[in-house]
Amino acid sequence: MKILYFAWLRERLDRGEEIVDPPASVRSVSDLIAWLRARDPAAELAMAKPEIIKAAIDARIVSHDTPIAGARVIAFFPPMTGG
Amino acid sequence: MGVRIQEAAFDPGAELNAFSELSEGAGAVVTFTGLVRSDPGDPVSALMLECYPELALNQIGAIVAEARVRFGLLDETVIHRYGTLQPGEPIVQVMTLAPHREAAFAGAEFLMDYLKTDAPFWKKEATAQGKRWVEHRDADDKAKDRWR
Repeated sequence: MKILYFAWLRERLDRGEEIVDPPASVRSVSDLIAWLRARDPAAELAMAKPEIIKAAIDARIVSHDTPIAGARVIAFFPPMTGG
Repeated sequence: MGVRIQEAAFDPGAELNAFSELSEGAGAVVTFTGLVRSDPGDPVSALMLECYPELALNQIGAIVAEARVRFGLLDETVIHRYGTLQPGEPIVQVMTLAPHREAAFAGAEFLMDYLKTDAPFWKKEATAQGKRWVEHRDADDKAKDRWR
C-alpha cells in the first residue's frame, strides 16, 4: 500500500510518500502508525503523538481504529488549517 | 454546485458575477473572500499552501451537500487555492445562493467554519524570522462545533 504524508509530517520524514508492505498483524490505522514508528527513527519522532495525527484511507478521513485491510492509499497529516 | 481546488489566481468579482448569472428565481447571494493575511508587526512575505486534492474534493463536496440541505440553498460554489501566495491575494471564496438572505448568510458562514477545520490544506508562512507552519486554532473548532 501507498502511504502519503503532508505538511510538517512530510518535512520531518523527508518524504511525501512511500510504498510499504506491513505484516498481517498490522490490522488498524493505529497498528500501522506503531509499525511505521518501530521501523524508522524519524517516524518514531515525527509520529510521537499519534493522537494529533489525522488519517485518511483512499481519500476518506477515518479514525485510528479503522481496519486497513484492502486500503490502497493511506494518508497521515496534522490538523488542517484551510480557509 | 461547484468545488474548485486550484493553484491559479482567481478574480473574486468575476467569480461572483458568473455565479450570480445563474441566480434566476433567487433573492440573495452571499460571497465571502478570504485573503492572505500579513501581521504588520511580523510581516508575511509569502504563504505556502499544501493540499491533498482528492481528499479536499471529497471533504468539501460533502460539506457543500450538507449546507445545501440544511439551509435550503439553491446553489453554492467553493474555490480554494494552493501553492505559493502573496499577502493580500484571495485564497478562498465561498458563494451561496438562496431565496432569502438568512439562508445565504448562514450557509456561507457554515461552509467557511467547516473549511477551516475539515478541508485538507496546511499553511506555512514565510517571515523575516524564517518559515513556520500555521497552527490549528481551537477557536476554529469552536466555530465549527456551534453548528452541531
